[in-house]
Amino acid sequence: MIRDITIGQYYYSGSVIHRLDPRFKIYWTILLLVTVFMINCIPTFLLVTGVLAAYVLMSRVPLKFIFRGLQAVYIIILITFFFAFFFNGGDTVLFRIGPVKATMEGLKNGLYMVMRITYLIIGASVLTLTTTPNQLTDGIEKGFAWLKVFHVPVHEGAMMMTIALRFIPILADEMDRIMKAQTSRGADFESGGVMQRARALVPLIVPLFMAAIRRAEDLAMAMEARCYHGGEGRTEMKPLSMKRRDYMAVVLAAVYLAAVLVLRFAV
Amino acid sequence: MSFFDISHLSCRFDVKDENGDVLMTNTAVDDLSTRIEKGTFTAILGTNGSGKSTLARHLNALLVPDEGTVIVDGMNTADADNLLPVREKVGMVFQNPDNQIIASVVEEDVGFGPENISVPTDEIWKRVADSLQRVGMTSFRRYSPNKLSGGQKQRVAIAGILAMKPQCMILDEPTAMLDPQGRRSLIDTVVELNHREKVTIVLITHFIDEAVRADRIIVMHNGTIRMDGAPRTVLQDEQKLAQLGLELPQAAKLGAMLREGGIDLPAGILDGRELTDEIIKAWKRAGH
Repeated sequence: MIRDITIGQYYYSGSVIHRLDPRFKIYWTILLLVTVFMINCIPTFLLVTGVLAAYVLMSRVPLKFIFRGLQAVYIIILITFFFAFFFNGGDTVLFRIGPVKATMEGLKNGLYMVMRITYLIIGASVLTLTTTPNQLTDGIEKGFAWLKVFHVPVHEGAMMMTIALRFIPILADEMDRIMKAQTSRGADFESGGVMQRARALVPLIVPLFMAAIRRAEDLAMAMEARCYHGGEGRTEMKPLSMKRRDYMAVVLAAVYLAAVLVLRFAV
Repeated sequence: MSFFDISHLSCRFDVKDENGDVLMTNTAVDDLSTRIEKGTFTAILGTNGSGKSTLARHLNALLVPDEGTVIVDGMNTADADNLLPVREKVGMVFQNPDNQIIASVVEEDVGFGPENISVPTDEIWKRVADSLQRVGMTSFRRYSPNKLSGGQKQRVAIAGILAMKPQCMILDEPTAMLDPQGRRSLIDTVVELNHREKVTIVLITHFIDEAVRADRIIVMHNGTIRMDGAPRTVLQDEQKLAQLGLELPQAAKLGAMLREGGIDLPAGILDGRELTDEIIKAWKRAGH
């Protein structure tokens, strides 16, 4: 059961989106999310929606996987809509419940927010659905390498992600084992209220942490023994290289950004 | 010149209480001197706490001597500039196969070492393919390490070291967490590396039947060398081994018992095959 945990939700369909350089995909996702917040009129809305739809279709990931991400946050979406609708203020009153009034402006604002959150989730989902965790780590390391100028430990962060990805299943196994060991000695993880269950987790978490720290020590030793000395002077087994399709994608992204800017500020 | 030249090496650990006061000092390695030659296969044998792992960690500069010196192929490990060159020359395989694999794909893990020592990309691919083939793991190159058995993971770890082209490989109880079959085939791989490619091997173990396959056995106890010699010589002294907490392999033990019982067998039998041959010879000598 615990073993089934997967990180992200990669779905392979072999589309062109899957084959794009992860660095480009990360920056493209950021651009997409920024432009979602720049929607202020019908033309920008149509443009962003059209591009997002095309992006989703090109990824050839079944829609149900894309919308699965939304299921997790639909309550947040509803609450956001509720507050915007009833507490936004404005003059065009639709109806009143006691002191609360629902306005036309509120409705507009609420729908606008729902749209924004939905687009954000969809944009981010397509990234994780079309990029393996390894590619994502690589993309972050190489794509944000320029942050090193500001002393951000990019390589170290990426190495931590790599190691975390490798050790999550191992620690999940370990947790399973500790749980069984504690159950066999009479621990009860299933009954009682929330507080009681939370307290029952303590004898699980403490040994798990101990085990994780011990493993980390071993691993650090093994990495040192294999000459690891930080990112300085390392070569790469699988360097990222921009292909023709990546350059084409960059051009398309630039055109898209220009179009959004023109529609927003010039029209 | 010897590959490893250890002279008067001592290593102490302070055992501290909760306030950080020193309760006592444990001497893991005590004034130890020895040499290990290039291309040989040496087994370091000893019970838990005999200091064998501590000694091993001095051999590739994971630990630096408190006292004495360790010279690896002419380089003093106490010199910080020698740290990376020493580790490049001397690879190390650890006990727990899970805690030494870094990447989540086999081939990427094998490539980790070469990446660290700035091997160009094309060359890394060549080395990865080559080392996976040498340990017989080529067909698993795209697997996740989590899908492999303990023995297979240990082979991947060895491939990861081989890809760095070391001159010596130290294996620190590499079979402790493996099943008998995994143990045997791992030791076969190691023996083959030594015989065919002349990689210097230092095998740390507490399984005497693994040590028997080496050219030389060093028996450690309380941080000092108690016995040192060819397997045949070391195994002859059953009493001394027993004092040091070690038991003869089954075949050797049976051989010794038969000899005591008056059957004309030579001393220092190492394994089952040898024992069978000797018994048949004795049988024929007795005129059957």
